[in-house]
Amino acid sequence: MLAIKNLHANVEGKEILKGINLLINAGEVHAIMGPNGSGKSTLANVLAGNSSYEVTEGEVYFDGKNILEMNPETRAREGIFLAFQYPIEIAGISNATFLKTALNEIKRYKGEPELTPKEFLDRMKAKAQILGLDETLISRYVNVGFSGGEKKRNEIFQMLMLEPKFVLLDETDSGLDIDALKIVSSGVNIYRNKDNAVLVVTHYQRLLNYIQPDFVHVLFNGKIIKTGGKELALELEDKGYDWVKDEALETQNV
Amino acid sequence: MEKKNPKEWYISNFETFEKKLNGGSKTYLHEIRKEALRELASLNFPTFRNEEWKYTDVSPIVNNNFVPAVNTTPAKVDKKTIDQLLFKNFDYHLLVFINGIFSEELSDIKELPRGVFIGSLKRLYKERPQLVDQHLNKVSRIENAFNALNTAYAVDGFAAIIPDCVIVEKPIQILYLNSSETEQILSVPRNLIMVGKNSQLSVITNHRGTGSEKYFSNIVSEILVDENGILDFYKIQYENDEAYHIEKVQAIQKKSSVLNHYNINFGGAIVRNDINSVLDDENIETHFYGLYLAHGNQHVDNHTFADHAKPNCMSNELYKGILDDNARGVFNGKIIVRKDAQKTNAYQSNKTILLSKTAKIDTKPQLEIFADDVKCSHGATVGQLDEEAEFYIRSRGVPQELAKSMLIRAFANDVIEKVKIEPLKEQLNHMIFEHLKKVEILNL
Ligand SMILES: Nc1ncnc2c1ncn2[C@@H]1O[C@H](COP(=O)(O)OP(=O)(O)OP(=O)(O)O)[C@@H](O)[C@H]1O
Ligand SMILES: [Mg+2]
Repeated sequence: MLAIKNLHANVEGKEILKGINLLINAGEVHAIMGPNGSGKSTLANVLAGNSSYEVTEGEVYFDGKNILEMNPETRAREGIFLAFQYPIEIAGISNATFLKTALNEIKRYKGEPELTPKEFLDRMKAKAQILGLDETLISRYVNVGFSGGEKKRNEIFQMLMLEPKFVLLDETDSGLDIDALKIVSSGVNIYRNKDNAVLVVTHYQRLLNYIQPDFVHVLFNGKIIKTGGKELALELEDKGYDWVKDEALETQNV
Repeated sequence: MEKKNPKEWYISNFETFEKKLNGGSKTYLHEIRKEALRELASLNFPTFRNEEWKYTDVSPIVNNNFVPAVNTTPAKVDKKTIDQLLFKNFDYHLLVFINGIFSEELSDIKELPRGVFIGSLKRLYKERPQLVDQHLNKVSRIENAFNALNTAYAVDGFAAIIPDCVIVEKPIQILYLNSSETEQILSVPRNLIMVGKNSQLSVITNHRGTGSEKYFSNIVSEILVDENGILDFYKIQYENDEAYHIEKVQAIQKKSSVLNHYNINFGGAIVRNDINSVLDDENIETHFYGLYLAHGNQHVDNHTFADHAKPNCMSNELYKGILDDNARGVFNGKIIVRKDAQKTNAYQSNKTILLSKTAKIDTKPQLEIFADDVKCSHGATVGQLDEEAEFYIRSRGVPQELAKSMLIRAFANDVIEKVKIEPLKEQLNHMIFEHLKKVEILNL
């Protein structure tokens, strides 16, 4: 589904991603862990098409299409969704307006009919319920006055509304209490199926108890320096990153 | 036709005007006019050398010989034209002024509480001349040649006299329509609003232009809000893009009164607003909300003045603007806290978004504080639409243009949400997109 080949990217002239290779197939869940500043959010932003990040080398194919040529809205319509580490507030625009606009754009792109107002409203209510969000959310402004946890939940709510094929979760677990974490995870698990895929960025193993990954990657200094199964997350939680760095140094991988 | 020196032009037109007044030329009001004409003769129109007009070049206005509306044949406007220009979906009393002159047949004033006067200044002068003599040109004094010009030709305008302890439930919508196919007209509405003790009034002034000729709206509004009175004053200026528009609002507020002034500007080639309030007793609240949206070569200048004369008052100001193309904005927010005005709270904020590289804003706070126990703050920002926010929206599949529109709406929302008349909010949002020629985004 997603193939990243030798991806290099700069932020303000500084190289942050230094040759990422990653293959994600439909039905898989991948986790990326790594110390602060290693480039996790950068990778997520580059995949979603944030123009503050400049790709200097490499290729990214999504369902066989080169997405680096596409603007962010086209990538979204193709099915890429980024749950932001820091969601943005949009005063004056209701969640309903925001999501209806987005959903209609996506449907139009796919050549599918728009939802009727009733279908749309029913869908909003159903998805809000899954995430334990109050129905008043529908008319509230996007993320305005939301707590940190509510904002994260709202990202997953948007994901459920837009039904993307590939989801990037950038630290969606940070700032969530244990109940919220369970709710958000169940939202993601409801969404998961054999045709879509998830890339989870996290610092904590606890999220991976709920969203079980098939692969865990360690990102360090702009490169993936180790890949393992879900037991790797436990090991990282236990021992930190130093041993992985040392191991990588030995094999001249850094 | 050759252009005349502006002062000579307006002075020579005065004779024609006087002849039309018949008996009206013997009144005290006419004495005020003649005095204003003398002041006009002695004053000069402001230039950039005048500190208060430094960033606004009014010479295109001054150098045009506009014909005072009273000296022209009244324009014919039908109800259908009017209807398209009104704010709708709420109940209101309607007053229509064509080129500054009241039109009885186009207006629709419904039943009013006892003792309330809502109507034209002309009728007020017939019914209660002593009231007009007592207040007109006393709340607001002539400060420049534009004010003098308005006063010299003042025959009509909006008048509201609300006695004590009356809540006027329905807002008053006043349509000032400027329209001529043949002449370049000077329109000089003169407004007088007096809100009695414990009374409440809500006014919407709706400034519009049709017709093919350039025109000049030169307005003076005098406002008195007595003890515990509340006045909501929505000014919505959507003149056509070639028009010139100047308004001076002067308010005097008494004890525990509240003035909410909304100054929303879309149209006009050169626009200047002076919004002044004297907080003349204790426990007064003054809110100045402003929104200015300009494109092309429009120039919009807002000067505000909160004059804290007495202790324990609060003034709060929020002005926001979006400027595109070569548009130019000016903001000058003056706050004076006089010696007696201890425990004053005064806040001011001006934020502008520039949508193009050639748009420009000059913003200046002007705080003069003579009391020692006060809380004052001010801030001004100038920036672009937030690119990270734009990316967030686009990452949901929304096209760039629409994402920008959402951010424009979000930016304006701080001011729009203060509007208390719900249906007016959506109509203002609509006007934002219409005027800036951006893709519209309205809430479901
Ligand atoms: N917009 C930006 N401008 C300047 N530097 C940036 C920007 N975005 C990221 N960086 C820099 O790029 C590096 C990688 O940042 P990134 O946010 O990708 O790290 P991360 O792995 O997500 O960290 P964290 O775990 O703290 O979220 C950091 O050094 C950061 O300072
Ligand atoms: Mg990050």
